[in-house]
Amino acid sequence: MSHTTDVVVTGLGATTPLGGDAKSTWAAALAGESGARRFEEDWSAQYGIPVEFAATIKVKPSEVLERPELKRMDPSTQYAIIAAREAWGDAGAPDVDGERLGAVVSSGIGGIWTTLDGWDVLREKGARRVLPMTVPMLMPNSPVAFVSLEFGAKAGAHALVSACASGAEAIGYGVDMIRAGRADVVIAGGTEATIHPMPIAAFAASRTLSLRNDDPQGASRPYDVDRDGFVIGEGAGVVVLESAEHAAARGARVYARIAGVGLSADGYHITSPEPSGDGQIRAMRSALRESGVAATDVVHVNAHATSTVVGDLIEARSIRGVLGDDADHVALSATKSMTGHLLGGAGALETIFTVLALHERQAPPTINVAQPDPELVLDLVRDTPRALPAGDIAAINNSFGFGGHNVALVVTSA
Amino acid sequence: MAYSEQDILAGLAEIVSEETGLPTDAVQPEKSFTDDLDIDSLSMMTIVTLAEEKFDVRIPDDEVKNLATVGDAVSFITNAQA
Repeated sequence: MSHTTDVVVTGLGATTPLGGDAKSTWAAALAGESGARRFEEDWSAQYGIPVEFAATIKVKPSEVLERPELKRMDPSTQYAIIAAREAWGDAGAPDVDGERLGAVVSSGIGGIWTTLDGWDVLREKGARRVLPMTVPMLMPNSPVAFVSLEFGAKAGAHALVSACASGAEAIGYGVDMIRAGRADVVIAGGTEATIHPMPIAAFAASRTLSLRNDDPQGASRPYDVDRDGFVIGEGAGVVVLESAEHAAARGARVYARIAGVGLSADGYHITSPEPSGDGQIRAMRSALRESGVAATDVVHVNAHATSTVVGDLIEARSIRGVLGDDADHVALSATKSMTGHLLGGAGALETIFTVLALHERQAPPTINVAQPDPELVLDLVRDTPRALPAGDIAAINNSFGFGGHNVALVVTSA
Repeated sequence: MAYSEQDILAGLAEIVSEETGLPTDAVQPEKSFTDDLDIDSLSMMTIVTLAEEKFDVRIPDDEVKNLATVGDAVSFITNAQA
């Protein structure tokens, strides 16, 4: 083991297209539900946007938050706060000195609703009507700033940005904060609220979104031969990380351990993953090395697998490249088939899924795979959950982002 | 059309309530924005921005520091309409 401090997960929180909290989200994922639905507004007719659906949030923040909170927070922050409150409560509201409590919450894109609303107000009504809270709401550190304020997290508040790897990188950084001795407890996660016509039009322009308008719930189909792009999602996932010592001292329930964090960059292309998977492989190897986990102990991978034609297979080959023959006993899950792609929230939500998979010893399903891609060289968990073995087991959660960011987290059973 | 002082108080109370979460009936003329209603300068500027739009008046930045109470704001807006 190349590190001395064990970092454990003691609290989970989420608000997602599948549910308003982590528990209902997990239950829906195990049941193989899809969070995709048609847009409430007709953006196709209004703007000519070719996509007519997304995985929108199941429980709107207006049902959960106070009105002043709704006005002072961008939706991306609202999701983060909802998830953070749940995670903190789930961890038993640890009694920790604020100077030993950190917060790391990322968003891939930031407060885009606030940015665009502010621009609309400026153009329509002039500068005098632009609200003073606009900047503190749109800044990409706004979610973590509000989390830090609410919980008095004073050891540091950080917002690492790496597109769709942001949520996982935030958790990785939280682990590092604890290992570096900067904090005993860290609230860490990712969030995104990007289902606005402009970014939808922009993602569609980059030809990365599924256009399966006649079947929104069947559109996110990682590893299926007929996959045609990702389904954009929104929401947040937040975990409470804690040094094992701190958790033990207060008798906290431990879900799992984040045993290794692997980071790399492709240095190859602004959107396309490097075709050989070299960067992904280096991230996974580095995480395994740090964790001290042997390939033979890895029984589950929560893949990044967004349902794009090229990306899914590069990742599958990378996993095979890292684990070799040990990949044969890996239950591979692509949960974006159900949640859609939460962008900056994805890595955090999928860490929660990975943690719960080990905790409850069942890998969540991958839905919509009518015919697996013949080039898929791994054992995909399809349609229903699969039991994971007893004893000490490990899993990998992969997250990759536009820009060539690769994050692999190795999670081990408690 | 000009708003009556009563309309302005009611409208202001709505804005303050939205911003702070206080009930509208807590927003009374004698209340101090800072001491009674716990409104910081950023929130005060939000309230000013929204009030300008709602009542179609201009509240210059130099005047904001003189608006200590809700009643001060109601009077200023009433006169500014003329």
